[in-house]
Amino acid sequence: MGVKQRTKSLKAKKSQLSDTFYQLKVLKKGIEPGNSEGFTPFDQKLDEHNLQSLRPDGIEIFQLNIGKLCNQTCSHCHVDAGPDKGDEMMTREDLETCLEIIEKHKIPTVDITGGAPEMHSEFRWFVSECYKLGAEVMARCNLTIIVANKKYHDIPEFYRDHKVKVVSSLPHFSEKRTNSQRGDGVFEDSIKALKMLNEVGYGKEDTGLTLDLVYNPTGAYLPGSQATLEREFKRKLKRKFDVVFNNLYAITNQPISRFLEYLIHTDQYESYMEKLINAFNPATIEGLMCKYTLSVSWDGYIYDCDFNQMLDLKVDAPGQHISEFAPKTLLERKIITGQHCYACTAGAGSSCGGEISE
Amino acid sequence: MKKQYFNPDDLKKFGDITEHQKELGEKFFEYYGSVFKDGALTMREKSLIALAVAHTIQCPYCIDAFTTGSLENGSDEEEMMEAVHVAAAIRGGASLVYSVQMMEHAKKMSM
Repeated sequence: MGVKQRTKSLKAKKSQLSDTFYQLKVLKKGIEPGNSEGFTPFDQKLDEHNLQSLRPDGIEIFQLNIGKLCNQTCSHCHVDAGPDKGDEMMTREDLETCLEIIEKHKIPTVDITGGAPEMHSEFRWFVSECYKLGAEVMARCNLTIIVANKKYHDIPEFYRDHKVKVVSSLPHFSEKRTNSQRGDGVFEDSIKALKMLNEVGYGKEDTGLTLDLVYNPTGAYLPGSQATLEREFKRKLKRKFDVVFNNLYAITNQPISRFLEYLIHTDQYESYMEKLINAFNPATIEGLMCKYTLSVSWDGYIYDCDFNQMLDLKVDAPGQHISEFAPKTLLERKIITGQHCYACTAGAGSSCGGEISE
Repeated sequence: MKKQYFNPDDLKKFGDITEHQKELGEKFFEYYGSVFKDGALTMREKSLIALAVAHTIQCPYCIDAFTTGSLENGSDEEEMMEAVHVAAAIRGGASLVYSVQMMEHAKKMSM
């Protein structure tokens, strides 16, 4: 049926929030001067729990945002991706540099994200090259792209042939809740795409083809237990649609970009921040993704995580661009933190791989 | 500001009930925490039960808390409304079942 756009990008709306400085100001100072000065700064919270500043443990995952072009404009998107972002795509030259880094430094996992990464003209070539290097490739697929156009219909077979681990967003097993976040028609097309992935073996036992789903709340609340949600998703998707998958990752919405806009617009920013801060769990710190991941933007800059990337907080180390990649100094850096980090440390924690601590 | 009996911010202060009776308050919260853990019933199922009960006892704090709890545990509006209908059916049924008494009495009083 095709997907209707849920909203417009912040950039297209010429929103003040499209400016990362403004987002950082809101996170630090609140919406109006003085109204959230009372929120404990994240670093102070670490101190209160006798925790050190965050430092990396290694580089196990190279997460590449190869472009912000997307066929959807989801209302919570922290990337501010959309159909109008075709000018923010990684160049072939930078993709080649990434391949050199993956090969030279034997980075085990390449996590490719976007936008809809499949819309990048060099996507298939890049995945094939990573596969040849023996890296595990993860693709963050929004599902609907598979049915959006004939040229993407063979993506499931392409993924299967390159043993790509597929990580797909599906915020709910209910059509209404999924579409309210991602746009009308998204649920129906997502189910079609999941069936196509199942048909080539994804999500099925003994195929070695992994299909993981990403759940994130469709509103200003935290995700519940990942195990409970996974059980329910498996039961409902199997019963209603005969769809199967492997694991469900429960991810907390970050109070940045379009979700921040939603929070401000619905007057829930303060209460959401309060919720995150009250749910701070020191047991999540050791498992935070920034400790073993590097995030690279479409223009080749390096960040501690995808969220720092969207706030334009480049790594605090010399050699901030992939063209000057220096793993030794990167491993010695201090990870940049801020109020948005409360989203990754709330409750059971949240990372690109879901819950951190049960 | 107009004074109200129910203040939504009071829910955040629920923990303060330990102030004048620490031991009993702490015992209550320990019990409460255990009740809502995954057990023979999932947290999701327990949240839906709590939501239905909240409507029966008409507790605005509980309705807010378990609407959030149900959403957090993956329920959607359709499931939540069905849970409320279960509460309404039991409440309504509890009234209607007395109509048997009414009918019996009317029968006895009538020719």
